[in-house]
Amino acid sequence: MRVKYFAWVRERVGVAEETVEPPADVRTVADLIGWLSSRGETYAHAFEKPKVIRAAIDQAHVKPDAVISGAREIAFFPPMTGG
Amino acid sequence: MSVTATIRIQAGDFDAAQEIAALTGDRTDIGAVVTFSGICRGSENGEPIAALTLEHYPGMAEAEIGRHADEALSRWPLQGLTIIHRFGRIAPGENIVLVVTASPHRQAAFEAAEFLMDYLKTNAPFWKREESEKGASWIEARDHDDAAAARWTKS
Repeated sequence: MRVKYFAWVRERVGVAEETVEPPADVRTVADLIGWLSSRGETYAHAFEKPKVIRAAIDQAHVKPDAVISGAREIAFFPPMTGG
Repeated sequence: MSVTATIRIQAGDFDAAQEIAALTGDRTDIGAVVTFSGICRGSENGEPIAALTLEHYPGMAEAEIGRHADEALSRWPLQGLTIIHRFGRIAPGENIVLVVTASPHRQAAFEAAEFLMDYLKTNAPFWKREESEKGASWIEARDHDDAAAARWTKS
């Protein structure tokens, strides 16, 4: 699946998007955050406060307990500050 | 009569008067037009800023704003709706966002415009980064913006 990062999450991870293949036991958005955090210091820094991180699956907002199977694109970003 | 919202996510500026004219045209059935323009302030928390840079999530920005536009059209008797949100570098005094609502009477136009702005602030995937003498930093979300959006949630 494709993972995208925005704003300071993107800066901390160091890439804007990438393709990842998490193991089968990574079922939810929260699981994916945990798995990504284990991939290295940049990820651990980006996701150090998981409660702050917002997520979208296929361009729609989701909660941390959303199931990721079947997702084409998952995005992680800070709370939005548009308008 | 079905109303379709005009939604544009763009780097360039917009002209509010031109957008109102495009929405009303030669019609004589519209009784109220409310326009909200969000403009880049020259200071943030008392500190002068040089510019804002808005990052956005292409695709989702259009989709998310479209979902809220559809909700506004279903909740209020609107005759026209235009939403424009800019991205990229924006200097103090420049436009950031525009919402134009048209309805037969003012209350629907006021309420729909406020509803849309409250949701754009908290749900549209845009992030502001400010540049100042101290460097660049991401603007933090405000709790009162979440509270403003929450009051529109139907119980």
